[in-house]
Amino acid sequence: MRVLMFGWEFPPHNSGGLGTACFGLTRALSNRNIDVLFVLPKKVGVAASFMNILFADERKVKFLEIESSLKPYVTSESYVRERDKFVAEVYGNTLMQEVRRYALRAHELAKKESFDIIHAHDWLSFLAGVEAKKISGKPLILHMHATEFDRTGGQGVNQDVYNIERESMHHADGIIAVSNFTKQKIVEYYGIPAEKIIVVHNGIEECDYMNIPNKLSELKASGQKIVLFAGRITIQKGPEYFVRAAKRVLDVNPNVLFLVAGSGDMERQMIMEAASLGISDHVIFVGFLRGDDLNAAYRAADLFVMPSVSEPFGITPLESIIAGTPVLISKQSGVSEVITHALKTDFWDTEDMANKILSIVSHRSLWETLWGNSREEIKKVNWDAASKKCIDYYEKILCACGIPTETRYI
Amino acid sequence: MASICFYFQVHQPFRVKDYRVFDIGRDSEYFNDASDRSINNKKILNKVANKCYLPANAVLLELLNKYPEFKISFSFSGVFLEQLEMFSPETLESFQKLVATGRAEVLEETYYHSLSFLYSPEEFRRQVRMHRDKVQELFGVTPTVFRNTELIYNNALAMEVEKMGYKGIIAEGADHVLGWRSPNFLYRPKGTDHIKLLLKNYRLSDDIAFRFSSKEWAEFPLTAPKFAQWVNQVNGNGEIINLFMDYETFGEHQWEDTGIFNFLRHLPEEIYKHPDNDFVTPSEAIERYEPVSELDVHNYMSWADVERDLSAWLSNPMQHDAIKSIYALEEEVLSTCDNKLIDDWRKLQTSDHFYYMCTKWFNDGDVHKYFNPYNTPYEAFIAYMNALQDLRLRVVGHPSYAKKIKVKEIS
Repeated sequence: MRVLMFGWEFPPHNSGGLGTACFGLTRALSNRNIDVLFVLPKKVGVAASFMNILFADERKVKFLEIESSLKPYVTSESYVRERDKFVAEVYGNTLMQEVRRYALRAHELAKKESFDIIHAHDWLSFLAGVEAKKISGKPLILHMHATEFDRTGGQGVNQDVYNIERESMHHADGIIAVSNFTKQKIVEYYGIPAEKIIVVHNGIEECDYMNIPNKLSELKASGQKIVLFAGRITIQKGPEYFVRAAKRVLDVNPNVLFLVAGSGDMERQMIMEAASLGISDHVIFVGFLRGDDLNAAYRAADLFVMPSVSEPFGITPLESIIAGTPVLISKQSGVSEVITHALKTDFWDTEDMANKILSIVSHRSLWETLWGNSREEIKKVNWDAASKKCIDYYEKILCACGIPTETRYI
Repeated sequence: MASICFYFQVHQPFRVKDYRVFDIGRDSEYFNDASDRSINNKKILNKVANKCYLPANAVLLELLNKYPEFKISFSFSGVFLEQLEMFSPETLESFQKLVATGRAEVLEETYYHSLSFLYSPEEFRRQVRMHRDKVQELFGVTPTVFRNTELIYNNALAMEVEKMGYKGIIAEGADHVLGWRSPNFLYRPKGTDHIKLLLKNYRLSDDIAFRFSSKEWAEFPLTAPKFAQWVNQVNGNGEIINLFMDYETFGEHQWEDTGIFNFLRHLPEEIYKHPDNDFVTPSEAIERYEPVSELDVHNYMSWADVERDLSAWLSNPMQHDAIKSIYALEEEVLSTCDNKLIDDWRKLQTSDHFYYMCTKWFNDGDVHKYFNPYNTPYEAFIAYMNALQDLRLRVVGHPSYAKKIKVKEIS
């Protein structure tokens, strides 16, 4: 089977979990002999050598890059600011123009290529997917990694983005949601019937997290307990709840250090908040980390906290567990559906968050039990299982569209 | 002849509320949750009283009145009786009525339904004594047969209990201990002279307690005639069938609409259809039957989970940490002579607290989740350790503690 897949970021040039997810899924699909044509809008460009290294032997995943300055995971307002940095480039004036431009290129591409099914990841690629369906008549599956309601924390939902999400989903033959949490949102806010949506939880592969360097060992040796936040510093990720919980923790136990790894439009506000709470010396903003640096931060920490206001899935807690650190996650997350061995809290309940952080840093037995069990548990949260569900779903949708098996490519 | 020996465990712990680190030093009430959550002890007790204790007691009283030879036995934890006095005196009265028939035996256990035998034999003896006094006070009887918390048992316990003057003790009829032997006889614990051991027939007991309403079970639905037939099959190769279970089986674990009360109501009449069958209390069984052989139980066993060992309470680092921490305070707590403080310390010894911290979920998952009033074992641990920290502060801040330190310094 050949899948025409529309994404917009891919490691190492990814700003968040979407690129990681696309990487994990496409690799697992190709391991299961699915031929993926991965379309990527390109601005800075995904290093071709990187892809060759990974897929050269099989060449099952082929990358098609389209010129565009698309930036995922930002709200449309912050997109405008991001885009202005690339003044030298001449692109569409608005985000919507960028999205339509991507769709136009998809139109051309869908004419040229042959494939069985279309799979598009998140709203920026949805119009491209819809266009490809129009041209080719092939079934379209949309993969919801996040909704506009998640990205904006429910405040200031962009109507155009919402419309694209909603119309595309109504137009699609099937929808994949990354969690039940997200599925429910799609049903509730977009009026999509629940039967049209399946849930495929993201996965993680241990082999991608080997040989983590001991970069922060000196910090660790100072004897302070370390609590880590890693994610974009945006309203969706709930950084202000982390800072407020930090204050409550430090009231009781000053021997705790809070690391904030990430960047985003709320960074300055968070630095100010920590300062006004008088805890700047205990809250360190380390900037955006990736790869080994991020893994080293996970490893150095005693606890990873994900206080997201609305997290469709949330891969970072799984990365943290693999790197050796147990997690405290918000109940408003998809990942909490796949790990029972995590501390869980409502994102707004900073008292509860602080209570749990304090307990982890004072009871080694809690740390050991929590981490040990979660480490075992996430072995079953892998991309192979996710890719299997996707393939079964492709078959189901192809069958529902009346496309016989004999016509498949490859 | 086959004698049926019914024994019901009746217990409710004082569950620790969502006690947060910020409560330490400010709030010394650990067990007074008043929310809608199932850590609200009063709410739970009243719910279970209405679903189970009151209707089940009514059925049993009816049976005791109808059949002059019908007999049962109970083991009430002290903390359960205390909660009845506090929250539901009418339920207490209905139990008293059953005991007053003279055909409902009351067994001994530790007042706090604790694991004290494992950590402090002195504390164990004190808690048994407290239980004896409580049973005497509320029911006017003195137990002669002992059953330890959750049927936790080994040779050493039997020896200790024999020394304390009991003539019988109750345990699980676990396969790994019995091997080819049958639970349907009395045994003599290794290392004892005269105490007799009654073993739970877990197949027949669990048919009622766990499988009664299970539609996946090949024997579903279980009826009184069918069960009586199974009992009759024992006739000739066993003397006693020990049906030991949580009393909450009736109406709480198996809801009324499963037909569990009707089953109970009709069971004696079906059992009596075979002229060789009858009902006995544990102490009667001990009078009537002799041990067929010695039973050597070196390692602890219990009636919990498929493992029938201590792992429900003591299998992960949190559980060990918590239980060691509570017993480490023994000497200091007792030396305060502060009754409220000592009572709180003992209420924190109840085995359920450690059960709630169990993370062994994936084999016995459903049972543990069902019985856990906390969202996760981790939350159970956190609330417990915070409360314990407060208790520690109360000990250290106690006037008698300061005095003791001074005495130490002088000497």
